[in-house]
Amino acid sequence: MSSIVKEADKKDTLIQLSSTAPVEAREISGSQAVLEACIAEGVDTIFGYPGGAIMPIYDALYDYNDRLKHVLVRHEQGGIHAGQGYARSSGKVGVVFATSGPGATNLVTGLADAMIDSTPLVCITGQVFAHLLGTDAFQETDVINITTPVTKWNYQITDATEIPHVLSKAFYIAGSGRPGPVLIDISKNAQIQKFNYEGYTKCNHIRSYRPKPIVRKEYIEAAAQLINEAKKPFVIFGQGVILGRAEKEFKAFIEKGGLPAAWTILGLSALPTDHPQNVGMLGMHGNYGPNVLTNECDVLIAVGMRFDDRVTGRLDKYAKQAKIIHLDIDPAEINKNVTATVPVWGDCKETLPLLTQLIQEKQHKEWLALFNQYTKDEQDAVIQAELHPTQGELTMGEVIQLLNELTDGNAIVVTDVGQHQMVACRYAKFNETKSNITSGGLGTMGFALPAAIGAKFGALHRTVVAVIGDGGFQMTLQEMGTIMQTGLNVKILILNNRFLGMVRQWQELFNDRRYSFVDIQSPDFVQLAKAYGIDGASIDNRGLLKNALQKMLDHDGSYLLEVMVGKENNVFPMVPQGCSVSEIRLK
Amino acid sequence: MKKEYTITVYTENQVGLLNRIAIIFSRRKINIDSLNVSPSEVESIHRFTIVINETVEVVRKLCLQIEKQVEVLKAYYNTNEEIIWQEMALYKVPTDAVAEKLKVERLLREYGARAVVIRKDYTIFETTGHREETDRLVQFLEPYGLIEFVRTARIAIIKASSGFHDKIREFEAVEPAEELIENEFLDKGQAVFTM
Repeated sequence: MSSIVKEADKKDTLIQLSSTAPVEAREISGSQAVLEACIAEGVDTIFGYPGGAIMPIYDALYDYNDRLKHVLVRHEQGGIHAGQGYARSSGKVGVVFATSGPGATNLVTGLADAMIDSTPLVCITGQVFAHLLGTDAFQETDVINITTPVTKWNYQITDATEIPHVLSKAFYIAGSGRPGPVLIDISKNAQIQKFNYEGYTKCNHIRSYRPKPIVRKEYIEAAAQLINEAKKPFVIFGQGVILGRAEKEFKAFIEKGGLPAAWTILGLSALPTDHPQNVGMLGMHGNYGPNVLTNECDVLIAVGMRFDDRVTGRLDKYAKQAKIIHLDIDPAEINKNVTATVPVWGDCKETLPLLTQLIQEKQHKEWLALFNQYTKDEQDAVIQAELHPTQGELTMGEVIQLLNELTDGNAIVVTDVGQHQMVACRYAKFNETKSNITSGGLGTMGFALPAAIGAKFGALHRTVVAVIGDGGFQMTLQEMGTIMQTGLNVKILILNNRFLGMVRQWQELFNDRRYSFVDIQSPDFVQLAKAYGIDGASIDNRGLLKNALQKMLDHDGSYLLEVMVGKENNVFPMVPQGCSVSEIRLK
Repeated sequence: MKKEYTITVYTENQVGLLNRIAIIFSRRKINIDSLNVSPSEVESIHRFTIVINETVEVVRKLCLQIEKQVEVLKAYYNTNEEIIWQEMALYKVPTDAVAEKLKVERLLREYGARAVVIRKDYTIFETTGHREETDRLVQFLEPYGLIEFVRTARIAIIKASSGFHDKIREFEAVEPAEELIENEFLDKGQAVFTM
């Protein structure tokens, strides 16, 4: 009741305000309107890099410094990956500023990454004066057309009066439905232009955009019936569970149905690692059981995942025996790669509880035991040697295993791309959601360091460990400068095998060991970190590993630990490209 | 099996949207045979008519990708049996050929050609029809000195459609009525427009 009264009061105030609008409306610049929009949307951190065409916004930022934290990155790609890391660890929309021309084109990799991994971002780029558009002006580039394929929405503003409503649309589109990156290009004249600002209204409806469908009971009933009749039901889940904030609903669903559940790389951490029904990772370097049993289950329940080729392997031999239930918010994902027997189109936050209501309480003990049997085989063939080696070179797996012990699975682990990524995702332990941050769909090397910076800003109370290979680290290591300047506490763990390991592994297995340009030299990473004021150490000795990791975690501030691992270790199991998931190799 | 499909898209009138829609095809290396964009019967709503030659599976996925664009309200795909379509064409021929050759005159009449401009040196005719009919007339006119020829893209009306006026009201509603929301996974086989 009291809230209703409050609402009514608010309305009265609004009416009063609008009735005295000529007095209340104040004249502000387009740049100020951009920052007012950020504040109204609850933005606390902006990652960016100034330049000519975005100078008016940066000038305005000077006065907003107390309300908006701006993080100066060292390269716009670093800025957008930081924005992604922030969005993934906080669940909020990441905000990135960049200038026109090269500033904007440097965002493209991050936009593509955010697009394929459904990460909500609002990127604001400066643009040359509107009257110079199309004249090849200094630092002019056609950002809208360059970024169209890699944005959920983009828009060019050339008049300041458009700023409030376009930005409210931008935040709404980026964060709703299936999230994604939005880019708003603002010409310099619009940033400077003064206009009558009448306040900011959050957008909650666009007539041509329906972020999520109305859930229909017909398919919920059909899906529940399939699950209830199933002897060997198998749940596979992706980032949709995290993006839909449906971790609890998901857990309740699999627990009631006694359903074994396996995750895609982006679904990782939505369900605690230790959950008895968490049977592991899907896909090319996933676990043995989940891959093989995909082709033995009778009902496959896909939740918020998109059947990427790295998950399915050869499609015409993928789960052909099974009836498939596909829960997804994006209708274009349903029947895109795998035809669903029952498509459940909707937000899994809504559909999962409805489904849970209708399914019977079951255990499927024997079926679950079968997964455990495969885990045992994998343990003997791969995991034991990877996690607990007693001699020979260090393995990536044992580093991750020790990290698990020391953090107790409470850290945010940000990974780059390659062998270390697969190992970290396979073995890292997670208790909490939004703890695994990696470039899944695009596979962007150089993602981890800047994403870890963003992830830390998005979750300041948590430990953030960036696990990076020697190759990927060298792609964006300039962001150590951002760490230096912000005094941020990010742990950098480099697993150095002195090779571009994943490509080398493929060359070994499929190209007759013809190691073509995978032998990569690295600088002295510890010295390099030192130059940026970051403490560090390098070890290549098993006996020192635990203490070194402990020291890294205990260190007050950022720390770089380089671990020299086996040069030619491979990641197994592996589903070779073009093979069925049941042809997964243990060695 | 590949065949000709006509895709009808209702959109907002927005700069850059044509590119957004076009790249959905070019990304998959699919050629657009014909494209028409013009205002629809509803004010501020534009209508795209796109003709491609593809399998139904591909066309369906293309439509879902098109509909995913923020400024697209709806995309439909139809076979030629499900639509009424026309193309318009203009033909510039020497006036002598028309005046002197009885055969030319008769054929133009047969094809329902209408003279748009008649000058001493040339005459411009207009026809509307299917592509094959236009092609046949071009073929016929060529020996008589066809100077220039141009045709429009296909425009098409979906036979089962009841227009877009009612739909737009539902799109504008924040909470649309459940039965009016189209769910392609459940409502297949119903009328084309269920929104």
